[in-house]
Amino acid sequence: MEGEAGPGGARRALGRLVEAVLADRGKANAVFDILAVLQCEDQEEVHEAVRACSRLFGALLARGELFVGQLPSEEMVMAGSRGATRKYKVWMRHRYHSCCNRLGELLARSSFQIKELALSTLMKFVQLEGEHPLEKPKWEGNYLFPYQLFKSVVGGLLSPEEDRSLLLCQFREYLEHDDIRYHTMQAAADAVARAADGRPEQVPLAFWNNAFTLLSSVSLPRQESVPSNFYVKHAELSDKWKVVHLREHRKAFQQMWLGFLKHQLPLRICKKVLVIMHDSILPHLAQPSLMIDFLARACDVGGAVSLLALNGLFILIHKHNLEYPDFYRKLYGLLDPSVFHVKYRARFFHLADLFLSSSHLPAYLVAAFTKRLARLALTAPPEALLTVLPFICNLLRRHPACRVLVHRPRGPELDADPYDPREEDPARSRALESSLWELQALQQHYHPEVSKAASAINQALSEAEVSIVPLLELTAFQIFEQDLQKKGPEPVPLEFIPAQGLLGRRDDLCAQHFTLS
Amino acid sequence: MGKTRSAGARGKAPGAPAGVRGCRARPSANPFEVKVNRQKFQVLGRKTRHDVGLPGVSRARALQKRTQTLLKEYKERDKSNIFRDKRFGEYNSNISPEEKMMKRFALEQQRQHEKKSIYNLNEDEELTHYGQSLADIEKHNDIVDSDSDAEDRGVLSAELTAAHFGGGGGPLHKKTSQQHGEEGQQPKSRKELIEELIAKSRQEKRERQAQREDALELTEKLDQDWKEIQTILARKTPKSESRGGKEKPKPDAYDMMVRELGFEMKAPPSNRMKTEEELAQEERERLKCLEAERLRRMLGKEEGEHIKRPKHMSADDLSDGFVLDKDDRRLLSYKDGKMNVEEEPSGEASSSESEGEEGKGSSEGDPEESDGPDGPSGLESDVQSKDGSERTQEEQRPNPGERSTADDREAARAELPYMFAAPESYEELKSLLSGRSMEEQLLVVERIQKCNHPSLAVGNKAKLEKLFGFLLEYVGDLATSDPPDLGGINKLVVQLYNLCQMFPEAASSAVKFVLRDAMHDMEGMVETTGRAAFPGLDVLVYLKIAGMLFPTSDFRHPVVTPALLCLSQLLTKCPIQSLQDVVKGLFVCCLFLDYVSLSQRFIPELINFLVGILHIAAPNKQSQGYTLVHPFRALGKNSELLLVSDEEATTTWHRRSLPLQWAGRLKAQTETEANHTRLSCLAVCLALVQRCVTVYGALPSFHDIVQPLRALLMEHLAARSCPPELQELSRSILTEMEKQPKHYRPLVCEKSKPVPLKLFTPRLVKVLEFGKKQGCTKEEQERKRLIHKHKREFKGAVREIRKDNQFLARMQLSEIMERDAERKRKVKQLFNSLATQEGEWKALKRKKFKK
Repeated sequence: MEGEAGPGGARRALGRLVEAVLADRGKANAVFDILAVLQCEDQEEVHEAVRACSRLFGALLARGELFVGQLPSEEMVMAGSRGATRKYKVWMRHRYHSCCNRLGELLARSSFQIKELALSTLMKFVQLEGEHPLEKPKWEGNYLFPYQLFKSVVGGLLSPEEDRSLLLCQFREYLEHDDIRYHTMQAAADAVARAADGRPEQVPLAFWNNAFTLLSSVSLPRQESVPSNFYVKHAELSDKWKVVHLREHRKAFQQMWLGFLKHQLPLRICKKVLVIMHDSILPHLAQPSLMIDFLARACDVGGAVSLLALNGLFILIHKHNLEYPDFYRKLYGLLDPSVFHVKYRARFFHLADLFLSSSHLPAYLVAAFTKRLARLALTAPPEALLTVLPFICNLLRRHPACRVLVHRPRGPELDADPYDPREEDPARSRALESSLWELQALQQHYHPEVSKAASAINQALSEAEVSIVPLLELTAFQIFEQDLQKKGPEPVPLEFIPAQGLLGRRDDLCAQHFTLS
Repeated sequence: MGKTRSAGARGKAPGAPAGVRGCRARPSANPFEVKVNRQKFQVLGRKTRHDVGLPGVSRARALQKRTQTLLKEYKERDKSNIFRDKRFGEYNSNISPEEKMMKRFALEQQRQHEKKSIYNLNEDEELTHYGQSLADIEKHNDIVDSDSDAEDRGVLSAELTAAHFGGGGGPLHKKTSQQHGEEGQQPKSRKELIEELIAKSRQEKRERQAQREDALELTEKLDQDWKEIQTILARKTPKSESRGGKEKPKPDAYDMMVRELGFEMKAPPSNRMKTEEELAQEERERLKCLEAERLRRMLGKEEGEHIKRPKHMSADDLSDGFVLDKDDRRLLSYKDGKMNVEEEPSGEASSSESEGEEGKGSSEGDPEESDGPDGPSGLESDVQSKDGSERTQEEQRPNPGERSTADDREAARAELPYMFAAPESYEELKSLLSGRSMEEQLLVVERIQKCNHPSLAVGNKAKLEKLFGFLLEYVGDLATSDPPDLGGINKLVVQLYNLCQMFPEAASSAVKFVLRDAMHDMEGMVETTGRAAFPGLDVLVYLKIAGMLFPTSDFRHPVVTPALLCLSQLLTKCPIQSLQDVVKGLFVCCLFLDYVSLSQRFIPELINFLVGILHIAAPNKQSQGYTLVHPFRALGKNSELLLVSDEEATTTWHRRSLPLQWAGRLKAQTETEANHTRLSCLAVCLALVQRCVTVYGALPSFHDIVQPLRALLMEHLAARSCPPELQELSRSILTEMEKQPKHYRPLVCEKSKPVPLKLFTPRLVKVLEFGKKQGCTKEEQERKRLIHKHKREFKGAVREIRKDNQFLARMQLSEIMERDAERKRKVKQLFNSLATQEGEWKALKRKKFKK
């Protein structure tokens, strides 16, 4: 069949076949040849075959030369004595189905070009099939959408084997259309439910990753508007269709997420979900308080996950009147030395600043937080200290009742710090009886900026708060660069004790503990 | 017009009070005309100008002036004719009256001549003598001769009487006066003049004669007098004679010498040689001063208040180009061993010689310098000159001592050239140094420095600045080489230090550059892989060198502060993965503690790191009472890296220092050796903990800081797996921790100054000079003065114009009144005449009627 070698030849041959099939029903059997090429391994040929199929079935769909309605089995129709046209249509529709299946398989191919082409072809079929439905409308104005085909597409995207984030990125374009988005949400919820149905713990990580990528790329419009941007063009939109109501979209969205989050997710996925939770999930839910289960569970995990969950919880408490008694206690429990060293430091302090921004918090609570932060600051690197010291000062400014921590004029001298760092309940930590000696110690910090920041408590604090936002993302490297660029005194001060050797003087620690050879 | 008048009026105004004062002084001043402006307050130092005035007088003056100017103008306002005075030079004051007359006369003559010559051709020119026609004179022959004047003195001729008394103009005079116009006085004045002239000359002659006679008489008298006293002065006569003859005294040779010596520039007294004690004392003073400066910087006092750092090297070091002489000497002694002893006296002698020369030179050259230096600077210059002489000597005789050094080095050194060009690139330096022994390398570097001393050529400074960077790079290369040449670095450090002292700016930027490089590498690694490995030995060496070149105790230092951050990053970002990393980490800790050994600053990362090290050495991790932070994990692959479970290794271990080379490359070790290394690391760690305890003991929350360390040490002790020496060490650390006082004094803010209430007392400004606007620049003042003046002038002008108008109105009114009165009078007159006519007519009619 491919007498001529090379991709050009293959293309021409396939083109001729497509022309023949489209021109003459008698030559319909050439479809098999095309489908056969679709099966082969050579990339170029498959590529050409996909294009040919796209052209062929696109034309057939548009012409309405495929059987409409419940599809009878092939043998029955062939055996039956009905009209040749019907036979042809049924037969051709079967070929169409096999083509679609084959395209679905192609989504798993290694070559991205083929995957992309298969996806776009399938989506083209979805569009054409939506315009020329292959099933009979049950009543006038019935909304018809190629569910089956679309489900297979989504199922192909959510592969359990490999990470398909690139393909999902491509798919994101289609999600801009309201109907595709709606049906994607439904299909994805189905797919997730099906995948995790039997053995939820055995679902591979790749699937969760794909699912999360797909789910997170679904974004509902913020403002109330009637969905009108449809992928499948309709002559007129009916009010009875679910797809035109944003409320229904919300419901589907919520169902999708709840169905997804119901499962025991891997920690990394959990973190990712929590990161986008406040911004792109909670505002679009029909009933945000339904998220409480997931958030409460995440909150108990500990570490960074709990911290991220607190953000969602805070929104629920703040905006949706959720009762969550131990919120601040949980937050207090989250403060351990590692908060200064984790990647989420900036976010943590941003959130902590947010949580503690109310001036109606009880003084004991704020004092406990302040004291705990100060205690932790004793182990913090300079970049974190530059954040946490202004943070502490801000807390003291916000809560004048806590100023006793830095100013207790006639207090007795104590033998031990009354503050109990091991106590989990901030109310019983006796922080208000203590003072911030830690900051006094940090005034001796080796870095001049830190020392300055810690010395702020020596004077009466100014009224205006210092914004910590620019300090949140500060890295040690940035501080290093700043220090390098800072103009020092002229001339540069020099050491006046002359150097004698690499290890320095006799009493230097280096000389004591190290030898050159 | 008004302006000029007002200016005139103004010109009068200041004069008026003076006049008033004059009036007051004069008794004739009318007390009723004086108006006194009473002052409400007496202000000290203020000059009042208008305390009294004479309104009547000044008004009258103004009125008079107006009548003379304004009224005149007003009256002539519609008249176009004017009287022009065309007399020659009437208003020219440059010409003296005589000249004026002459010229006028010449003009007159010319005019007359021209006119007559046009119409009257026959008429000759009339000859005159002194303006009188000769014809006239001839007619009246009775003119008296001036010479015969004396005889007929009493007689008055007709002319004379006419001339003197201006009496009845005779016919002859009529004629002349007609001719000469206003020059009619001429003949009279001439005669008078002649008479006067004669009289004067006679009198003068008489006086001259009298004078001459007087002078003669006096001379004679003087001669006589002189002769009388000549006998008394007889003795002195010959000397005065000789002096008069020689004029200038020949100076005595001795005198001359004395003078010359007196005026000659003296060599300035050189400072005496210092004794040992004095030198030591000076050194101590210098160090004390430097230490005080260091303390100030450590506390981070205001940068603004810092005074110029007293340089222990002379301030003109760069320009003059000398390494501190002391260092130089040390360098030599360090390099050449005993040669130093030989060189010392010769250098001394030559220095004294050259000093003498220099003293002379300076006395000739610039005198300011010779009397300028005082105290330390003088000492410095002294030292410099000595140093310079040393150098010159060395240059002249290149390395005389080197030939007498040890024999084994003789050959090697002979190969080395004495001159080296400063390397332009790192490769050049490397090629210079490669293949030579360490001593030779040092020598090469030193000679490069000597040959390219900044004082020798212009571009040398930049070359040597570059050399510092190259040397630093070379040191890094040595450190990364396999095995690391630490001995070489050890020696090169001294060179680096010297170069750094010469070029602080270049050195600081070079060190900054290598630090930035290292941090960049680490940052890149952190960004890509999420963690960084401990850098090579070169970075550690750079950090160490930075700590030696620059004072580490400063509150903020352009090099040291970034270096501290770099150390902190090493401790927080690099996870411990091998024994080598432990060695590196411990070295970094040592560095860190050395950096803050003087300032005693607090390093949280260090405590964290030590906790981590103790953790990976702890046998059973209950992990209670402490939490590990980032680079360490409680559980994991490397969590038992330092754990020694081998009893035998514990017993055979002896404490010794860690070789720094291990940080570069840890060679394969047997199990026992590895265990020994572990124990050594642990020992170093414990020593560092001990150091921390002593350094940070005074910090307010010391017990909270060391709490994790304490927990770990307890654990170590409980396990009893360490060698007894280490157990002992741990125990002592624990007791030391306990010994630190537990004082928790509540914090108290510094009392801030209360904000003072706003007071409404007037602001007092010191007035330095009255009448001047205060507190602005000169131009501003000038501008203000002009504005003020303009305002005053403007007001004055307005007032004058107003007064002018009033005056004019008054004049017009009076004119109108006058006219009206005239008219009334005329009307009355008419009525009168009419009435008389009427009366007459009526009388006539009555008469008629009667008839």
